[in-house]
Amino acid sequence: MAANNFRHALFCAIITLIISYPIIGFNLEAQGISVTLTGADTSTVVLVLLAAVVVFLFQLFRDQIMGGLKSIPSPMPKTQKEPMAENKRAKIESWVLTGIVVLALFWPFFVSRGAVDLATLVLIYVMLALGLNVVVGLAGLLDLGYVAFYAVGAYTFALLSQYAGISFWMALPIGACLAALFGLVLGFPVLRLRGDYLAIVTLGFGEIIRILLNNWTAVTGGPNGIGGIPDPTLFGMEFGRRVREEGNTSFHETFGIAYSGEHKVIFLYLIALVLAVITALIIRRFMRMPVGRAWEALREDEIAARSLGLSRTAVKLSAFTIGAFFAGFAGTVFASKQGFISPESFVFLESAIILAIVVLGGMGSQLGVVLAAVAVTILPELAREFSDYRMLVFGAAMVLMMVWRPQGLMPMRRIHIELRRQE
Amino acid sequence: MLEVQNLSMRFGGLLAVDQVSLDVQEHEIVSIIGPNGAGKTTVFNCISGFYKPTGGKILFEGNEVQGKPDYKISRLGMVRTFQHVRLFGQMTVVENLLVAQHRHLNTNLISGLIKTPDYRERERKSLDRAAYWLDRVGLLELANREAGNLAYGQQRRLEIARCMVTEPKLLMLDEPAAGLNPAETKDLNQLIVSLKEDYNVSVLLIEHDMSLVMDISDRITVINQGRPLAAGTPDEVRQNDDVIKAYLGEA
Ligand SMILES: Nc1ncnc2c1ncn2[C@@H]1O[C@H](COP(=O)(O)OP(=O)(O)OP(=O)(O)O)[C@@H](O)[C@H]1O
Ligand SMILES: [Mg+2]
Repeated sequence: MAANNFRHALFCAIITLIISYPIIGFNLEAQGISVTLTGADTSTVVLVLLAAVVVFLFQLFRDQIMGGLKSIPSPMPKTQKEPMAENKRAKIESWVLTGIVVLALFWPFFVSRGAVDLATLVLIYVMLALGLNVVVGLAGLLDLGYVAFYAVGAYTFALLSQYAGISFWMALPIGACLAALFGLVLGFPVLRLRGDYLAIVTLGFGEIIRILLNNWTAVTGGPNGIGGIPDPTLFGMEFGRRVREEGNTSFHETFGIAYSGEHKVIFLYLIALVLAVITALIIRRFMRMPVGRAWEALREDEIAARSLGLSRTAVKLSAFTIGAFFAGFAGTVFASKQGFISPESFVFLESAIILAIVVLGGMGSQLGVVLAAVAVTILPELAREFSDYRMLVFGAAMVLMMVWRPQGLMPMRRIHIELRRQE
Repeated sequence: MLEVQNLSMRFGGLLAVDQVSLDVQEHEIVSIIGPNGAGKTTVFNCISGFYKPTGGKILFEGNEVQGKPDYKISRLGMVRTFQHVRLFGQMTVVENLLVAQHRHLNTNLISGLIKTPDYRERERKSLDRAAYWLDRVGLLELANREAGNLAYGQQRRLEIARCMVTEPKLLMLDEPAAGLNPAETKDLNQLIVSLKEDYNVSVLLIEHDMSLVMDISDRITVINQGRPLAAGTPDEVRQNDDVIKAYLGEA
């Protein structure tokens, strides 16, 4: 056992050296037209060696370290712990949630513009993750191309505003419905697929949409993207300094206040907040309805579900369609927030991040997904100084989470249903 | 009500079911018995639409159903349990029963979102039906437990309750007594008889427990290596030489 561990640790350390020494230990320097290879300075080499030693020691004592990690008590202990009365717990929960939403409504008026902007982004990710949660967490369909529906929503608004002058409020339902339609269309070919195969096909679909957007230059502007996407209006009031469209008035003039760029940012934040809350409420309702239970039944045991008369086609397509619908929602808000979109924003990494949020939060759990969306979006911003190592930190955090709490931050709780005894 | 005529099912070179015929009348318990690997479960899979039979006809209430998709067959009023219990393990016990009742519920998305009176009414009814059947199989106290955490015998009973809330005409049970202790088997015996007597459900049963089979069956079909061996009342089957030989040969 010990010898085995030692060999493994040595192997890992050597791999670390082989990988990191050539990458970090050498510099390419351009001198005129020729490129020369120079060794890095000693301190770097020492660091590389040190890293190898750390890897060696970690692998050698891995069992002890992992054991220690597991024994750290979770911040949210196992759910069975306090058998609080179900209805009381539900009441407290709904009060707390209402409180958070009310706080979130007033919060932007007291903080900086940058913070509000970031919070809007968080809310967009909340919407996306809640939508993907339907597909992955509830229906158990591993979808790696979810960002495609987000792109459909965003581009629908961008193109409609560019070619038809359609406003945000018109584009919002159109974008969401179009994304839902794409979800439905993608659903058909993958009906029979499960697990890995489904993941690969959806991944491909996501890439197809992105490549299409990139290459269909005549319509989408290709890699240059589409700019000048209008901001949302409030009952025909615009938030710009000058009114862009005939017939509209401007917000600051109507209310007789000085123009401030912050108005627009806060307004967008509030829209995103309302939409995110609506998304959460609708999906929460779905989870308590026959559709929601059918999704879960299909995830749990497809054969049993079919033997009870559930049609696999209907259940899977509804999950894809509804998930895509909310991605379309999020996409429209995103396009409006950025004012400019390009295929850059809809790469596979986005799908991966949204999926990471769902997994981190705890599959199927709405509160967990919201928390994870906040964490995953804000932490990288806080750690701006380490921007070079962002993905590294992100990866390490994921690994730690999977070891420490594989079921996610807040695993899904079953809904308690009171029954009356029948005579 | 159910009539199976010359059913055959071939897997590549293996003829798992060969020209099997049987029928179930209303208000009747019919059993299929046979040694391991005889093809009993395969017959079930053909009837319930999981397999498309390679030959023969299956008539349910006079209509041909062979080759129809499984979910449509179950909607006709034929539901089954599985040899290896298949519950929705992470869902609660009630939720398992609610999933089964999706057809009694109003599945219109909008009416569910805004909770129309009709939707509430149907929801209440299906909850009552779930409560009734949970009480009937003795699981009411465990209604909000995760189904996967139940004891084995309880899981078996839940699977039957899950079929019953769909209000079937024909219930197909694949080895319901497997893994049960004698007391549980006795309860099961009474439950199956009561399903027939009190709820007017016909039962098609696969079972290895001979005392159970002989006790409750109206008729028995014996299959051996995919081929029908004998059929008749329990007494006739018990005295059939071929059956005795097949079973002694097995043991
Ligand atoms: N999907 C399949 N593909 C290939 N062969 C199969 C398939 N299903 C069943 N068989 C074969 O058909 C034969 C009959 O199997 P079946 O499960 O119907 O037996 P059984 O009578 O239910 O046995 P047991 O009492 O052990 O449950 C077996 O030889 C089995 O290997
Ligand atoms: Mg079998």
